[in-house]
Amino acid sequence: MKVENQKAWYFVMPVLLLVAFNALIPMMTVVNYSVQETFGDNLFFWQGLDWFEKLLRSERFHAALGRQFLFTGTILAIEVPLGVIIALAMPRKGFWVPVCLVTMALPMLIPWNVVGAMWNIFTLPDIGLLGYVMNHTLGINYNMTQDPLAAWITIIVMDVWHWTSLVALLSYAGLVSIPDAYYQAAKIDGASAWSVFRFIQLPKMKQVLIIAVLLRFMDSFNIYTEPFVLTGGGPGNSTTLLSIDLEKMALGQFDLGPAAAMSLIYFAITLLASWLFYTLMTRNN
Amino acid sequence: MLSWMAWTWPTALVFIGIFSAMAVLTALEIRYPGGAERRGIFGLVTTRGDRLFMSLLGAVYIFLAWLGLFGLPLWAPLFLSVAWGAFCFWKV
Repeated sequence: MKVENQKAWYFVMPVLLLVAFNALIPMMTVVNYSVQETFGDNLFFWQGLDWFEKLLRSERFHAALGRQFLFTGTILAIEVPLGVIIALAMPRKGFWVPVCLVTMALPMLIPWNVVGAMWNIFTLPDIGLLGYVMNHTLGINYNMTQDPLAAWITIIVMDVWHWTSLVALLSYAGLVSIPDAYYQAAKIDGASAWSVFRFIQLPKMKQVLIIAVLLRFMDSFNIYTEPFVLTGGGPGNSTTLLSIDLEKMALGQFDLGPAAAMSLIYFAITLLASWLFYTLMTRNN
Repeated sequence: MLSWMAWTWPTALVFIGIFSAMAVLTALEIRYPGGAERRGIFGLVTTRGDRLFMSLLGAVYIFLAWLGLFGLPLWAPLFLSVAWGAFCFWKV
């Protein structure tokens, strides 16, 4: 057996320490909270698995989870194809490349709470540009503060605006890495545009697309700031996604035990979905 | 010093269990390097660490499903989890 140099481990130590303090120890604390009840003052009472049992059977949790899957599914179904189409349409060389790249990157540079505030002001029915034009110029009844459907459309359009660029830029990076020889060979064989996409571009983009979908899945599944600032989870509970519900429970109601149990279930879902997706997509490499 | 972490014996035992399993894997890795990589029954290439991860994640879901569908006591899901873990290390 060849003896390998194990020095690299020392270089990983700082990161391990950092992760231990900002992720592992808080995570362990959450596990401890999830089996106890507290009224503050660092006094804890053993509760067993009650919180988990109650949560798994709670209508409120099921509804928030359903909304979360609906949101994540919808934005993935829009952002991934749209991002790929934009990447295909972007120029490969010349003056317009940097212009396109910078324009695409702009939405991603804006802080999340600013995005929420921008879209809130933009879509308010009487003073926002979009809201005013829709209601008073076009005569379409649109009020995201009262109508659940309008609120849903607004948060989805906001997320598409904010994050499609990520998919587009990653796909673009995959596209420009394809050597010209592939296209020349396709041309000689008389391949159609669809065949070029299906058998050259898509396979070459696969790796970056996997990362793009994974990032968009995790970010959208854990999304909090933007819908919180835009709709506050309303009207009613119609846009209360999982993280907003979790915050209401943990900070609004100060139910630390149930909130800890919910965080752990939330974490388990994110972990399984990400692991399954990544494992299945990279299985044959 | 650790009172803010609100430790309980059952949760401490869970973590001791997980960290001991990781320590055993580390010891095995030093003794037999390479992670015992193989292509298992699902067509996935897995190492010992992957199998432990799948066993633990599977156990979480087995317990949660039982708790949500049937509630306490949890002897049956414990048995199922051990069986699932054995299956992971044996076949996957």
